[in-house]
Amino acid sequence: MTMIPQMPKSWRLESKPHKFCPGCGHGLVLKALGEAIDELGIQDKVVFGADIGCSLLAWDFFNVDTVQTHHGRTTPVVTGVKRANPDVICIAYMGDGGGYAIGSQHLVNAAARNERITAILVNNCNYAMTGGQMAPTTLPGMKTETTPYGRDVRESGYPTQGPEMVAAITREGSYVARGTVANLKQLKGFLKKALQNQMDGNGFSFVEALSTCPTNWRTNAKDTWAFVEKEMTKFFNVGELKNPAAKEGE
Amino acid sequence: MGKAVKIALAGEGGQGVQSVAQIIAEAANEEGREVLYIPNFGVEQRGGVSVAFLQIGTDPIGSPKFQKADIVVALSDRAVIRTRQYVDEKTTFVYDTSIEGVEEELPKNAGRILGIPAIEISKNELNPRVFNIIIMGAVIKATEVVSEDDARAALEKKLGYKFEQNPELRELNFKALARGMELVEKAR
Amino acid sequence: MAEKPIQGEKRVFMTGNEVVAWAALAAKAEIMYGYPITPQNEIMHYWTRLAPKFGKRFLQTEDELSAGFTTLGGVLAGRKAFTATAGPGNTLMQEPMSMAEMMRIPSVVIIQQRGGPSTATVIYSQQEVTMTTYGGNGEGLRVVYSTANHQELFDYTIKAFNTAWKYRFPTFVLGDGYQAKMRESLTIYDPEEKGLEFVPTETFLGKAPVNGVKQPVHLRNTYNTEEELYEVITRYMEEYLKVAPEIIEHREFSCEDADIVVVSHGVVSRAAKVAVQELREEGLKIGYFRPVTLRPFPAEELKKVAARAKTLLLVESAFGQMAKLVKDAIFGSTVALENLFKPGVGITSEEIVVRVKEIEKGALAK
Repeated sequence: MTMIPQMPKSWRLESKPHKFCPGCGHGLVLKALGEAIDELGIQDKVVFGADIGCSLLAWDFFNVDTVQTHHGRTTPVVTGVKRANPDVICIAYMGDGGGYAIGSQHLVNAAARNERITAILVNNCNYAMTGGQMAPTTLPGMKTETTPYGRDVRESGYPTQGPEMVAAITREGSYVARGTVANLKQLKGFLKKALQNQMDGNGFSFVEALSTCPTNWRTNAKDTWAFVEKEMTKFFNVGELKNPAAKEGE
Repeated sequence: MGKAVKIALAGEGGQGVQSVAQIIAEAANEEGREVLYIPNFGVEQRGGVSVAFLQIGTDPIGSPKFQKADIVVALSDRAVIRTRQYVDEKTTFVYDTSIEGVEEELPKNAGRILGIPAIEISKNELNPRVFNIIIMGAVIKATEVVSEDDARAALEKKLGYKFEQNPELRELNFKALARGMELVEKAR
Repeated sequence: MAEKPIQGEKRVFMTGNEVVAWAALAAKAEIMYGYPITPQNEIMHYWTRLAPKFGKRFLQTEDELSAGFTTLGGVLAGRKAFTATAGPGNTLMQEPMSMAEMMRIPSVVIIQQRGGPSTATVIYSQQEVTMTTYGGNGEGLRVVYSTANHQELFDYTIKAFNTAWKYRFPTFVLGDGYQAKMRESLTIYDPEEKGLEFVPTETFLGKAPVNGVKQPVHLRNTYNTEEELYEVITRYMEEYLKVAPEIIEHREFSCEDADIVVVSHGVVSRAAKVAVQELREEGLKIGYFRPVTLRPFPAEELKKVAARAKTLLLVESAFGQMAKLVKDAIFGSTVALENLFKPGVGITSEEIVVRVKEIEKGALAK
């Protein structure tokens, strides 16, 4: 008899075990998201958009209405859904390339327009699906397939500070946070608040999740966690940047 | 079979050639004619010569723009130069006589050239505001595509709300219309 | 909720862009997504003025990629959604519309062609034919109506929504800057009062649970294997080819005994019509053929005409974009081909008459 590990109710059993690489952080982010959906009881109302990249492997992950889009275009697709039917709860799930490079104009403008959607961006410092090229979030000096001698900041700048940017361009009603797969409980809390913020009709909600990519980082388990917890956090501060709900309570 | 009358109206931005073209177009449409009006709308529309292309006929209109016009009305020196391309031996070319030194520029090949002192009359006799209505009168007389009554009705439709507030405005506009028609009559 | 946008029939005199806005209202479109680009801007201007009165919505997006993808989102949510664009915007629009082709999303796009390539002019052309019929990285799984006058702009904009929702292929109404900006008369009407039935819409994403049970859907445009994709595209192509004869539309007259048949589409066909009528009155054996659907193309219909005629004169405000479609359609025919190509420039009946007479003279000289 095999033991079935405890899975969120909103997960789709037929697609498990999932297709992410061993040690990939996506599964953890999606677990936190699944639990958040369960706890909010919104499974039947969610429309989940999956960007191209490793994010796409989440397309059959949940028992929720799901649509694959194009690279970078998940934000406008779910924006279109939400504008046409404000009753559904829209999630745009993307990677750092999709959100901060090819789809950055969509992210920026959806945030500026305060679209009532929830964007979740998984930051693993590289384009993983395409074989590990430099992403906007690649750390200075970090080696990738297109920065074989390390990211030279004089050539290609510093890592994109996504949540900081979103926080800077949004006004009242937006929720912005950066979590990490190294602290799932906190990440789940952020995701839950980001969804609740949409449900309350407040505004744009954005959560970046620091994540792992041992395949492209070419790291063992220990080094993988060390990279997330020690290297990534040097550039990416974990925590809440904006929370409309906190105004009264705190 | 009546071929459509082709009219090109050109002037500086603010001289109101597009609104004149539109009022004439609507008047002719009200009469049940086939009408097509298209403004030029290139990037040059800001600060350039404004040209209105108008065709009025009994059969459905073909191409929206045309190569040669039956009537060209040019209200500035730049407009004269710009619209020479629409002139051939069948064209009646109407220009404002107060444009200085324009005689040299007038199209030699035009079937007929009519100079009218519309700018002068609007300034000295009526009101600069109705300059474009004088032009409208000139156009409907030169083309005979719309009756004076229908032109009045079109003005009423377009400016009726202003006339209500100030009935003198109605008189002024109708006078300008008649004056424009008269100018063409005389120039012939 | 407000009453119907159009009651009965009404003869109106307006610009083509205004016509499109009224037609979309008449077709019961529910939401427009758009981004400014000349010469289609007034479609948005009129829509944003009219739509709120009838409980309809608008979103101005950050670019045409977003306008296209939000339109897809709106359709997936079960709404009659549309967008409008032109020129470089149409270039960007090809990306979302390729997703519509792959996922069979019934989206409607109005194109008002302007000069190209690049920014070119904001005025007019027929240079977006190749892109609108076969743009995107695919097989051209779409329907393209090329309109010639305001009545058609109204009729075919309404029809485009039905075509899209019936066959589930993205549907384009291909106008141009002239049609966008010119004013002429037409009759607007309420389609249902005329007996036209609307194809019902369907909600693809966010459907409410039925009897308390939600059946989640997973919509894809990505396939893992060549064979998987091949199976899907083969099925789509079969469906497309099967329904194509129902969709195809064309106009022709005086082709039965014609030596020269003038082939043109869209606004240029107005000039062609006048030219052919004039030449016929002069006693010349000239015919008129006009594809209304550029995709699917009326190939069989044109083949029949080509089999009888000596020459096809291909006339377009582009350098041979319609001509490519024609050549593909009549492959194997021995009819002679002549052309009058004026990329980005309007074409008058006089020019067509001159060209036809040149061809006639050449034929006599032989």
